[in-house]
Amino acid sequence: MKFSDDAHFEQDVEALIKELHTQYGYDFNGYARASVYRRIKRFLTHRQLSSLEDLRKALMGDSYFFENFLQEITVNVTEMFRDPSFFLSLRNNVLPILSTYPFIKIWDAGCSTGEELFSLAILLQEADLLGRTKIYATDINQKVLKQAKEGIFSAANMAGYTAGYYASGGTQEFSRYYNSNYGSVIFDSSLIKNVVFYPHNLASDTSFNEFHLILCRNVLIYFNRELQERVFKLFDESLVSLGYLALGKKETLSMSQISSSYNPADKVNRIYRKTG
Amino acid sequence: MGGSWGGIHASLSILKDLPATYPIPIILVLHRLRTVEGNLQELFVKRLALKAVEIEEKEKLAPGHIYLAPSNYHVLLEKDFTFSLDVSELENYSRPSIDVTFTSAADVFGKNTIGILLSGASKDGSSGLSYIFGKGGMAIVQDPEEAEVNTMPLSAIDIIPDCRIMKLERIQSFLLSLHDH
Repeated sequence: MKFSDDAHFEQDVEALIKELHTQYGYDFNGYARASVYRRIKRFLTHRQLSSLEDLRKALMGDSYFFENFLQEITVNVTEMFRDPSFFLSLRNNVLPILSTYPFIKIWDAGCSTGEELFSLAILLQEADLLGRTKIYATDINQKVLKQAKEGIFSAANMAGYTAGYYASGGTQEFSRYYNSNYGSVIFDSSLIKNVVFYPHNLASDTSFNEFHLILCRNVLIYFNRELQERVFKLFDESLVSLGYLALGKKETLSMSQISSSYNPADKVNRIYRKTG
Repeated sequence: MGGSWGGIHASLSILKDLPATYPIPIILVLHRLRTVEGNLQELFVKRLALKAVEIEEKEKLAPGHIYLAPSNYHVLLEKDFTFSLDVSELENYSRPSIDVTFTSAADVFGKNTIGILLSGASKDGSSGLSYIFGKGGMAIVQDPEEAEVNTMPLSAIDIIPDCRIMKLERIQSFLLSLHDH
């Protein structure tokens, strides 16, 4: 595929971002550009669109097409027990503290297709906390929320997930949590009995509750510094004092204005705790 | 710089004699087992005068550094010379993918990009190296005769016949020669 020269491509993308905001209310202005450009080029290739102008026309004329575009542009790739040491740390360092609350509220921000959510639910179940925990699972994308609710994942990934589960300190037979069915597995729906799913856009929506733990892993990497700062403030408003914030392994709070009221609870695994 | 099987050894032998004051930032993408949370950084810290760091998102490129792609992330570059990380789909069965970083570096640095592709049992890196070359940058491939596994070098030579084929020692002296200017 040939693209017009880079400067031109980039200008056109900026114009498209403005139009999408006007037409659909989604604001990608705070997204890190290297990834946006790459996702758009990839989308053009996959859809066999020859130019950005063709893409623009299709997007403006068809909201269903826009939904698909949204799903492709925002990265939804995820896995169960990504970074097992993170989940081990949750198990050993965070859940024991959360267990001292009579009722626990957790926000899984950018839950995507639910792999992290189910991993978390399994940890809570094994700590005997699931019954008194409510998890709010949100994503910008309605389609992935629907998938997360179904809890159906490819069987091909299960060997890796099982290894991740044990590396994260799991001691049960992992297969007890799901049933296999023609190349797919479906996870036990009782794991997400206390989960509320709904769309939330970190770039524009506000705080909606107070939580003891917020997980937002490998979402902020797609945002520029300003948008990251907005989201950090949003999280700060949404955490109880002494609450926990868990980021991705290469994401840091240290550049943020809110960092002064947080201490690292686990430096390596990027788990922060709000001071009192 | 990118490599896969045999890439650790190859990159270490190129980088070991570069001085701490080496002016050109180097990004190294090596394929690693995604499931193992191993520490590649320690190995490089011990062997090199350059400062070896594992890339943090939004970190800015600086001279005297060798930037290691973290396990299980793609590495991209922004126009302001900061890193963006990405956990999107595997490319060529890999994350990090060499193609992704080569392409992104060429978008930012254009003809000032030098791509070096080392030993590996993969086709990753070829199309990114070709992209660098197409932007007027330099495409260097480790001599397949010397490479521990020659799949990756051969694949690159196949699609970029005009690339420069060099042994590790020669790549090192070439990089050192850039320092003298």
